[in-house]
Amino acid sequence: MSSVSPRSPTFWLLLLAGVAAPLAFPDYTNQIAVLWLMIIFSLTWDILGGQMGYNSLGNIFFFGVGMYTCAVAQIGLFYDVGMYTAGSRTTHIVFSDFQYFTGFALGSIAAGLMSAAFAAVASFFVFGLRGPYFAIGTLGVAVAGAELMASWDWVGAASGISLPVFPGTPETQKLFFYLLLFGLAFVLLVFLSWLYSTRFGLAINAIRDDEEKAEAMGLHTRAYKRAALVIAAFFLGIAGALFGNMTGFIEPRDIAFPTTTFNIFMVLMVLLGGKGTLWGPVVGAVVFHVIKEVTWTYFLGWQFIALGVLIVVIVVYFQQGIVGWLMERYPARFAGSAAPKVKAEAPALTRGLAPHPGVAE
Amino acid sequence: MDQVIGNISILESTPIFNLGLLIDGLLIGSIFALAAYGLALVWGVMNVKNLAQGDFIMIGGYLTWSLGKLGIHPLFGVPVAIVVLWCIGFVLYRTVISKVIERDLFTSLLATFGIAIVIQQSINLTFGPDTQSANADLPTWSFADGLITVTATRLIGFVMAVLLALAVILFMKKSRMGQAIRATAQDARAARVLGIDTEKVYQFTFCLNAAICGAAGALVAMVWTVQPFLGTTYSIRLFVVVTAAGFGNLPGVIAAGFGMGVFEQFGGFILGAEFQQALIVLLLLMVLGTRQLQQLRFRQAVQ
Repeated sequence: MSSVSPRSPTFWLLLLAGVAAPLAFPDYTNQIAVLWLMIIFSLTWDILGGQMGYNSLGNIFFFGVGMYTCAVAQIGLFYDVGMYTAGSRTTHIVFSDFQYFTGFALGSIAAGLMSAAFAAVASFFVFGLRGPYFAIGTLGVAVAGAELMASWDWVGAASGISLPVFPGTPETQKLFFYLLLFGLAFVLLVFLSWLYSTRFGLAINAIRDDEEKAEAMGLHTRAYKRAALVIAAFFLGIAGALFGNMTGFIEPRDIAFPTTTFNIFMVLMVLLGGKGTLWGPVVGAVVFHVIKEVTWTYFLGWQFIALGVLIVVIVVYFQQGIVGWLMERYPARFAGSAAPKVKAEAPALTRGLAPHPGVAE
Repeated sequence: MDQVIGNISILESTPIFNLGLLIDGLLIGSIFALAAYGLALVWGVMNVKNLAQGDFIMIGGYLTWSLGKLGIHPLFGVPVAIVVLWCIGFVLYRTVISKVIERDLFTSLLATFGIAIVIQQSINLTFGPDTQSANADLPTWSFADGLITVTATRLIGFVMAVLLALAVILFMKKSRMGQAIRATAQDARAARVLGIDTEKVYQFTFCLNAAICGAAGALVAMVWTVQPFLGTTYSIRLFVVVTAAGFGNLPGVIAAGFGMGVFEQFGGFILGAEFQQALIVLLLLMVLGTRQLQQLRFRQAVQ
């Protein structure tokens, strides 16, 4: 269960399930594709939030950067971007098959690299911040990204960009993007499974447990933190490129940098599944996405209230998550893998020392 | 860009305009200072960063606005908002906050973020997403040939904010509970040993903060506008104010609150109102960056 490599049955089972899913449920291809996107979200969030102990609220920034980079590359390879975005209301520009696929392939790679580059630069700024300052600083970066894109006319400002249309039937399009998102999620899972078993995994866990001590032991914590953010950003960037093309239309506030939906979903899914474990984010994403898809439409405008309540409930009452709970319950099954403990800030023994009423009134 | 330069040259050519903006900034900054004081209080005493602060303000604002629609003068919204928000604070403390105080900081941050989403969406469902403003029906005074205008509502808002802040400060300095709150902020464990019921202190502090926000919200609805999703902007603003000042530094928080008001008036005038949110986020990043540079001097990490 714990590792995913070509030698373990989990690897092949997952591959089989991923490829068979759209054949078994052809009506739900898009929903399952989004499920893989959610898994990418929660896995990349967990690199920093769970394994390294840096709770980010701005990972969505790299998703948006990737989405816009890909769009600009796709269009800019063949046309002038400013003219395209300005004229998209009135003229419909057709891309040939060759143009579409070269643009898309190069754009997706550029998206990953650009996000990684942004992460490398951002790491100089954000990793000096600790704890809640880190969370709010990264949230600031994400909101700033959205606001900047929303006022930049060259990329369509707040009205967004319509991306080139996929050449092919809607069914092929669905399957095409499904396979790409599944492939990315699968590669990410295999990669992380390997990464967490290396020295790098141990190093970022050490940073989570006690950064000062890790530093004192001679770990170059800055380098590890930067590398972790770059890895997360690279995958998020590619995911952004894929998702942007899947929806076909991108826009800064609700699709590229959705700070109150995807951005908070990723934290929530990881907390639900179990922080700091390989499978926790996957389980959390599956449970969350299935529940959301099934119930969302029945809430009739109350979804976001339900979301807020869910955040509060999970955070307050169920922070160890599903996998964390299983680990506590059946420790023997998870021998050799240590889940992070939910730390209490103040020692419990000082509680209730003064039940005396009347002194402070 | 041309517009920005044009606006700057207006400020240069008519210095009296600067004065007008400065007065407006100070009048509005008083409300920021009041709410930021509440945030600093909760932050310092309970070590909880309340991301729902701005949304508490919005509840207060909407209460006042609905009273105004019923024909009651918005000034009466202030006491009503104080009472209602106190109760809301009590309920939230009992159900959520009391359970996250002793957990790590991200937990409380996320929990209050959840509360913020619930409040925003509830207001949105009840009152709709439109921008509203309570009409106080008070005069506007002009000076210097109409270049400076001071509305009576802003002046009243300023006076009330100052009075409320003074009342809270006096309460903290003089009363028994205020002493207990300050003792808990200094050292919760020692306070417990000395017989202070810190649980009660926490609860009181959170309710007090909610009530302060309610009052600030009532004033906001009078002098400005309320909108369900504006709460986040207020939360970020207050966070900037408190971070810039340092949460133990009360005069600093009040000064930074006024500074924020003035900064926004000038920034909004020069860049245009649509950049308001971007401007605040930029300020947040700047403040966090400066803090980081300050801390760098104390840290010699392995690079």
